[in-house]
Amino acid sequence: MTTHDGLTQGWTRDQMAARAAKELQDGFYVNLGIGIPTLVANHVPAGMTVTLQSENGMLGIGPFPFEGEEDADLINAGKQTISELPHSAYFDSAQSFAMIRGGKIDLTVLGAMEISEGGDIANWMIPGKMIKGMGGAMDLVAGVKKIIVVMEHCAKDGSPKFIPACTLPLTGKNVVDMVITDLAVFARPDHNSPFRLIETAPGVTPEDVAARTTAHYIR
Amino acid sequence: MSKKLFPDAAAALNGLLKNDILIASGGFGLCGIPERLLDAVRDSGVTGLTFASNNAGIDNEGIGKLLRTRQVKKMISSYVGENKEFERQYLAGELEVEFCPQGTLAERMRAGGAGIPGFYTKTGVGTLVAEGKEVKNFDGQDYVLERGIVADLALVKAWKADETGNVVFRKTARNFNVPAATCGKVCVVEVEEVVPAGSIDPDSIHLPGVYVQRMIVGAPYDKKIEFRTTRSREAV
Repeated sequence: MTTHDGLTQGWTRDQMAARAAKELQDGFYVNLGIGIPTLVANHVPAGMTVTLQSENGMLGIGPFPFEGEEDADLINAGKQTISELPHSAYFDSAQSFAMIRGGKIDLTVLGAMEISEGGDIANWMIPGKMIKGMGGAMDLVAGVKKIIVVMEHCAKDGSPKFIPACTLPLTGKNVVDMVITDLAVFARPDHNSPFRLIETAPGVTPEDVAARTTAHYIR
Repeated sequence: MSKKLFPDAAAALNGLLKNDILIASGGFGLCGIPERLLDAVRDSGVTGLTFASNNAGIDNEGIGKLLRTRQVKKMISSYVGENKEFERQYLAGELEVEFCPQGTLAERMRAGGAGIPGFYTKTGVGTLVAEGKEVKNFDGQDYVLERGIVADLALVKAWKADETGNVVFRKTARNFNVPAATCGKVCVVEVEEVVPAGSIDPDSIHLPGVYVQRMIVGAPYDKKIEFRTTRSREAV
């Protein structure tokens, strides 16, 4: 892919999703956000059992239904028709968020508009623009055991998205564990530690990453 | 014959609707919304309503119909996309919106229905959602105080009920219908089918009849799908 400033290396959206899928472990219960995070489901390694949660009230999301088998009573959090699996379970939304808030979900993958060097995330509101609401994002970042953000490294205007402090209203404060962009992966072992650059996309150097990042991190 | 069963939605809502009441409504998107009851609320002409509902329907579906007729004063919701009329009224300052995280909204209904007037949650700590609310530290972590919701009326859509009001939902249409049902001072449920007592396994009841005061059969339903996504058999 070609970025705004002519950098022709970097991961595609699907490769970013595949990188996030490397964080999956057998037996994990996982919630995937809308957009690139949804693609992570296509990269679950063969032989690994990962159960996907839908916050409206389901564990064990199956693939899209065959044409003609769509059921209006069976949708995911993006309001798309889905199917059930032999191990699926349904429950109400209060129970759904009890398991999210209660730390029973192992991993969530979310998109973001901004991430701060202290692990804050902003992904629900741009002041002055129409506000659609936070949905379940604030609950997910507050309660899920591990929070992975997958996003483009820079905004469309070229400005960095991994920055010292978020300028947009927060979704959660000091909650993010890993940031995967089209250029690099940053991670931290706990919420008291700074992020460390742990990986760069093929053809991308640490200097390329540094030139497009204003957040402080360990190189 | 069931004492809770009414002939139609207007009859079931008779005496329950007033201007300026708070209504808790089930449903997620267009899935599991009490569409017959919402239509009857619209037809009643009551105004100044506040709705606690995860979404606001879409243009001319669900609560969207009551937005069009200007009967809604305020929404308590987590997500209100996919609704042009909502956006117009909101931007014009004609409609008040209290954004509430989805899990906090579900728990506010559950708590209100369970006799719990408030609870502390870590959802929203350090964000706009926590502004003006008490924050308390428990075991080294901050939590924000959220209030339980007790609604004047709960409107619910279910799959089946027995004559005594024991209710079963279907697949992801359960969603907010259970917490909404429990938080209403009065709960009216529309179902696809009423069956004789004893024909639902007591172990399989999702909402016990104690929460249900009135019911209607709303069938036949032409359930709407917001985003129809499929895979082809050839690709498998």
